[in-house]
Amino acid sequence: MNNDKVKQILTSNEMIVACIIIGLCIIIGIVNPMFVGQHTAINLSRAMLVTLIFAIAEMIVIVSGGIDVSFPAVACISLYATIKFMNANSIDSVLFAFAMSGGIGIVCGLLNAILVSKIKIPPLIATLGVSSLLNGITLAYLGAANISKIPDNVDSLSQQFIYTYTNEAGIKYALTVLILIPIVLYILAYVVLKYTMLGRGIYAIGGDKNAARIAGFNIIKIQFIVYMTAGFLAGIGGMTYTILMRQAGPQSLMGAEMMVIAAIVIGGTRITGGHGSVIGTLLGVTLIALVQNNLIMLGVPTHFQTFIVGFIIVVGTVITSIRVRYIDAKPKV
Amino acid sequence: MSEVFLKLDNIKKSFGGVHALKGVNLEVKLGEVHCLAGENGCGKSTLIKVISGVHDPTSGDIYIEGKKITKLTPIEAIKMGIQVIYQDFAIFPNLTVAENIAMNNALMTGTKTMNWKKARKIALEAMSRIGVSIDPDLLVERLSVANKQIVAICRAIINDAKMVILDEPTTALTSKEVDRLNEIIFNLRDKNIAVVIVNHKLDEIYQVAKQLTILRNGENVATGGIEEFDRGRFINCLTGRDIQEDFYRPEPSDQEVLKVENYTKKGMFENISFTLNKGDVLGITGLLGSGRSEIGDALFGLIAVESGNITLNDNPITINSIQEAIKNKIAYVPEDRLTQGLFLKRSIEDNTIAASIGKYLKNFKLDQHAMTEVTNMWIKKIGCVAASSQVPINTLSGGNAQKIVIAKWLNTNPSLIILNGPTVGVDIGAKADIHKILHDLAAEGVGVIVISDDLSEIIQNCNKIIVMEDGKIISNTDSSELDEEKLAKLLTGTVMAEGGVANE
Repeated sequence: MNNDKVKQILTSNEMIVACIIIGLCIIIGIVNPMFVGQHTAINLSRAMLVTLIFAIAEMIVIVSGGIDVSFPAVACISLYATIKFMNANSIDSVLFAFAMSGGIGIVCGLLNAILVSKIKIPPLIATLGVSSLLNGITLAYLGAANISKIPDNVDSLSQQFIYTYTNEAGIKYALTVLILIPIVLYILAYVVLKYTMLGRGIYAIGGDKNAARIAGFNIIKIQFIVYMTAGFLAGIGGMTYTILMRQAGPQSLMGAEMMVIAAIVIGGTRITGGHGSVIGTLLGVTLIALVQNNLIMLGVPTHFQTFIVGFIIVVGTVITSIRVRYIDAKPKV
Repeated sequence: MSEVFLKLDNIKKSFGGVHALKGVNLEVKLGEVHCLAGENGCGKSTLIKVISGVHDPTSGDIYIEGKKITKLTPIEAIKMGIQVIYQDFAIFPNLTVAENIAMNNALMTGTKTMNWKKARKIALEAMSRIGVSIDPDLLVERLSVANKQIVAICRAIINDAKMVILDEPTTALTSKEVDRLNEIIFNLRDKNIAVVIVNHKLDEIYQVAKQLTILRNGENVATGGIEEFDRGRFINCLTGRDIQEDFYRPEPSDQEVLKVENYTKKGMFENISFTLNKGDVLGITGLLGSGRSEIGDALFGLIAVESGNITLNDNPITINSIQEAIKNKIAYVPEDRLTQGLFLKRSIEDNTIAASIGKYLKNFKLDQHAMTEVTNMWIKKIGCVAASSQVPINTLSGGNAQKIVIAKWLNTNPSLIILNGPTVGVDIGAKADIHKILHDLAAEGVGVIVISDDLSEIIQNCNKIIVMEDGKIISNTDSSELDEEKLAKLLTGTVMAEGGVANE
């Protein structure tokens, strides 16, 4: 019995991904000792930061039985409109930047929610349509040029660090204060998903919508909360990205959806809904970021990295789907 | 001794112009197992929905614990202690056992937070109440159907249930699991809970029920203690006609239809040989995993065999694919008609002509007129009850849907038809109709093979019976040498085929 539980933990998806990450780190570390050190952790955190925000939102949507491919477009319209508005009206406040960007995100999420939950359009189609719609609005009405003038207070956030580290060679590595956003989000998501009826309701409707309705969950309400939260987080992620990159691009995040969804699936979330964990998502994003950023240390040529990333996605998702089949085929208790 | 919990007085319910219930009376006492029997479409489901507050009755009175209830809503019904366990259980495969059991309670109390410790405690309590134990931390997707049902039952009883209604609880269970369910039902009964079971399987009803109410066409035709019903009266009340439970004994013939020799697929079945003459209905039975279904799959080309010969109407043939099977005029009614045999959302007509659509293609156009005509012909010939040939399959009852699967294949004029579990979930009247169709086919010279684990079906409808075990034939006899008891013994392996029953 206890043995069974130990085995269950050891063969859990999170454990497998964690082992792959550790294994990969060891290989890179052996081939290139430069990899080992605090600087890698700092660089990696910075590289993962925005993906982490998008990933947690997307995971919640997928767990609820839906999918949202519109978040890059939502993020772009939110960040671009906010920066443009702030520049035009000479507003310079960090709080305003995040509030407005997140607010636009919520409105976009509301549109997704109406299409999916009320009009009952399949989520992939609905959000694909919204994505194209928003991207078109951004380019047609707001502009197509990158804006490099970010309001001062907002811009200065990119230069605030919670931790700095100087190596022997005197190179300074600094961890941006923005990392607090995903940290808070992940803790919050963990608590909400595991310890509130809203969180359990998200899992329930992802597992069996009909059963959830009979049990007395308000499916429409839960779906609205899920898609609007996803929109809000897309807006927050977009603004974070703007501050990090110190410029606002109307299309800068387009195309991010594949990598984010891949990271989530590798982290053990089932694309069919009902299954997924916060820790798994964290690990999935870490693995993808590690491969994207540190493969070069193994001597892998840049153009070859795209191949490796694709390869990891395919293998990762294959492992997940084989696991699902294995669980299905396992003798029932 | 025991008091009446629920009393229905002359309940009527109509939808539009259709009278689903035409005045039903029902009395259920606490601590009593009450069986509600009736064929598909008799109004059982509507009645349950009235009791659980989903439907308002058009007229009639509901009394719960002697008090007249004017307006019964689902929440009201649950508060009164009425719980329904539906056929699909409505549980969450991705959540743990504990969570599934405790979730309703949490939703009822309106709490915003999830208390895992409390959920586990509630789950363990509920399980101990009905005398079962399942690891509360397991995900429900890892449970067998029987255990999923137990989870659903546990969830139902946590809120002080006084009456539990089980809708067709045994459909997906093995006989061993049915025994365990019966124990749980008795357990509930001993806890002074009223148990209402909806079922139409006679044998199972006799095992558990104390009281019996039979519905037909929206009326209760009979009610009383189970001892007042013998099989004859029971069937008569259910179907409204006398169905003879007699045996199929065709004229002997030596015109050979099908000969199978040394059919082998390692790991599934080995050295299977049998012959089928004109008029024969061959029954293949065996426990799950004995290879009975695989033989059917192989004869239809779903499984490629390693060796063996097949002769169909004196022509040696090989079957390696479904296309070859169809070319050789072999038809297969699969075990799971809902997923493998029917296009549920399409009309009767589309389904009927699905396997023979080539026949209606004229000048690159489908002959709509001929298709409708032939569909109407089959509807009449096989006795399918449907408003028209254009209604979707998922509006039909199980028995009628199965008739359409058979019609689909008959429309291809098969030389051999294999039916895997042809009457699972089909009520008695429709069952008899389907068996009659099979016997007529056999008489016309079509080879008929019935694969089933329903022993009485095999005994009554097949004149040749093959019993399988571990991929081998352990008995191949004429059905006149067997009865249900001997067959059951053969199946469970207590009698060896060589020295025992087969040579008697």
